[in-house]
Amino acid sequence: MAALLGRSCRKLGFLSSGHGARRSVSTETGKSLNLYSAINQALHIALDSDPRSYVFGEDVGFGGVFRCTTGLAERFGKNRVFNTPLCEQGIVGFGIGLAAMGNRAIVEIQFADYIYPAFDQIVNEAAKFRYRSGNQFNCGGLTIRAPYGAVGHGGHYHSQSPEAFFCHVPGIKVVIPRSPREAKGLLLSCIRDPNPVVFFEPKWLYRQAVEEVPEHDYMIPLSEAEVIREGNDITLVGWGAQLTIMEQACLEAEKEGISCELIDLKTLLPWDKETVEASVKKTGRLLISHEAPITGGFGAEISATILERCFLKLEAPVTRVCGLDTPFPLVFEPFYMPTKNKILDAIKTTVNY
Amino acid sequence: MALRLRSSTSKSNFLNILRYNNLGFGTASHAARHLRTHDPTLLRVSQNPISRFCNTMAEKLSSVGENEDANAQVMDFPGGKVAFTPEIQFISESSKERVPCYRVLDDNGQLITNSHFVQVSEEVAVKMYSDMVTLQIMDNIFYEAQRQGRLSFYATTIGEEAINIASAAALSPQDVIFPQYREPGVLLWRGFTLQEFANQCFGNKSDNGKGRQMPVHYGSNKLNYFTVSATIATQLPNAVGAAYSLKMDKKDACAVTYFGDGGSSEGDFHAALNFAAVMEAPVLFICRNNGWAISTPTSDQFRSDGLVVKGRAYGIRSIRVDGNDALAMYSAVHTAREMAISEERPILIEALTYRVGHHSTSDDSTRYRSADEIEWWNKARNPLSRFRTWIESSGWWSDEEESDLRSRVKKEMLEALRVAEKTEKPNLENMFSDVYDVPPLNLREQERQVRQTIKSHPQDYPSDVPL
Repeated sequence: MAALLGRSCRKLGFLSSGHGARRSVSTETGKSLNLYSAINQALHIALDSDPRSYVFGEDVGFGGVFRCTTGLAERFGKNRVFNTPLCEQGIVGFGIGLAAMGNRAIVEIQFADYIYPAFDQIVNEAAKFRYRSGNQFNCGGLTIRAPYGAVGHGGHYHSQSPEAFFCHVPGIKVVIPRSPREAKGLLLSCIRDPNPVVFFEPKWLYRQAVEEVPEHDYMIPLSEAEVIREGNDITLVGWGAQLTIMEQACLEAEKEGISCELIDLKTLLPWDKETVEASVKKTGRLLISHEAPITGGFGAEISATILERCFLKLEAPVTRVCGLDTPFPLVFEPFYMPTKNKILDAIKTTVNY
Repeated sequence: MALRLRSSTSKSNFLNILRYNNLGFGTASHAARHLRTHDPTLLRVSQNPISRFCNTMAEKLSSVGENEDANAQVMDFPGGKVAFTPEIQFISESSKERVPCYRVLDDNGQLITNSHFVQVSEEVAVKMYSDMVTLQIMDNIFYEAQRQGRLSFYATTIGEEAINIASAAALSPQDVIFPQYREPGVLLWRGFTLQEFANQCFGNKSDNGKGRQMPVHYGSNKLNYFTVSATIATQLPNAVGAAYSLKMDKKDACAVTYFGDGGSSEGDFHAALNFAAVMEAPVLFICRNNGWAISTPTSDQFRSDGLVVKGRAYGIRSIRVDGNDALAMYSAVHTAREMAISEERPILIEALTYRVGHHSTSDDSTRYRSADEIEWWNKARNPLSRFRTWIESSGWWSDEEESDLRSRVKKEMLEALRVAEKTEKPNLENMFSDVYDVPPLNLREQERQVRQTIKSHPQDYPSDVPL
């Protein structure tokens, strides 16, 4: 199953449909890398380009449980790349203090499922640090990385997608890459962005996704969504690993004569409403898909906004194909997940409304 | 400037305190047996509070098999060598005696004989006392202003002036401060003016914080004092990160963070102390143990011997000090600071004191404690009068200077209040700026919408916020 996914991921060719002049990165060649290697490269570049940057978290010293921090401690020293005690509130709190002194603090939370002890520090301290001080202080150098999402066997505590909690917090940014090349450029942007950022990495793609990644230092802008597949009949919006599933649905829909436009949101907070609005005004239909439970998920925010902006252009209700409102189940994961066929059915229903 | 009177013994004195308060074994004879059969090198290792036990391999001593005495066997577990004991022995939940409290001035402000302290110059002592008086007057005037409806809210520092001022005096201006909310005296010492305090309390356009937070949420990057946030103890791990930065940048400075007895129950306290020890961060944790967290006495807060014993659990050197003794506070902080920076370690300072005022203007503490108790602490154990006695006996202060100071400060304070009240509020655009470094599209749109709404319904909005 993993191999099949791997093949189909590669076949789908992340980013090969470059769109617009700024997507010059997507046409560059590079080395074939998987997601964790691309992230590793970004971290090497970040630490190399700024001597006052640090990487820390649980187990990052030996390379991390997903190997994203391989080689960093050896190259930059244990003073800059180090293990922390097992305490997420401490990790993020410490990172905020480091960032407040003008350093880049690149923090790793081992699984997004464990980010909640740090929620107070993120919401009440990091997000408000600049505002409450009247811009005398800021912790913009803080970047929090966490693997998120379904992995086939992760159950309640190794599969969560908590992005919606963070999208409700003014003052931070939330970014989710879909592929290795995107991840490297987006992560470097997050690290260098003067605001605290939460960066969720689709763990399923750490090894599964392989793509050509340029070896040099490059950044992909935040708060800019990308149309990764053009179409006329319906707009699909997603992020992270879910896009590969959505792209499969688009391919099959095309065989049945439905032309789908697929958008990668990339930055969920602040999100690029204009790109989605322009697309929906063209197609008249919107489908949003995410792994996180449907109720209160970020799809609801996109739906409400697009309804406000595009009501008269809509041919059908906005539809969401998402995870169900249960804790992430183990044996029942295939039933929980927003699958290609669930999406395909929703596309057809929407188009035939 | 500061001349330590018994400098050569101060470090060993602290180690003595550590040994003295060693959490006891069941009986003296057991302790003796341990000492007898230990390899002397092991004793040294176990007495050193910060030695890093890196050995994770179980090693058998080559002498095993040769030495039949089970008591001589020692095994390495991850974390280092430990001796075995065939007795079931629990470490007692508390020492037989409470950790003694360092003080230098007695209740009457007289210097205790043979006390160790860091000498202060006349200039510093007079400034310390003057600032304590200023803080007291500022608190009283602001409190009254809130009662009169001129201010929305206020929290006093009454009773804790010595902790505030003396600790600030012992630090350098480059030391970065992470306060809770009852430490405005540190700002005052560093030069924050009465006008600046008043501006923040009124949230006017001269407020550093641009009117975004409640009164007493001061902050000043110029004075290295991070902006107050009302969340309890969240500043503690932040201070550790900042201290680490100072260490990495090789600054001759430390981070200093304050919190109350209540704050020590928060998870962030445990997170911060553990991190500080592991990261070997030069940070001072100053706990104002004032007996109350709003209405919760310390007996409902923890069951340890206060805060000072908690340091050891994390491998942190700690001291208990009389927070109402300005001279002792000064000495303790001065000494701790040097240790923190030169030895790259955290220090925990428990300053015992009493919260004479109510928790805030939203609290009436006579509902949960007796007015007599409050009055006693205010009169008999007042930190200002003790220090005043000492500086007067040193020939550095007089009644005349006292009344001059008080009338001058009162006048300045009332004027600052008057000016702050009259100063207009920050412009509406300050609602939307600084959420991010640059306002994103959604905020620009929301500002437009709000301005539209104001045009339609001006009566819904305060007239003192310029648009």
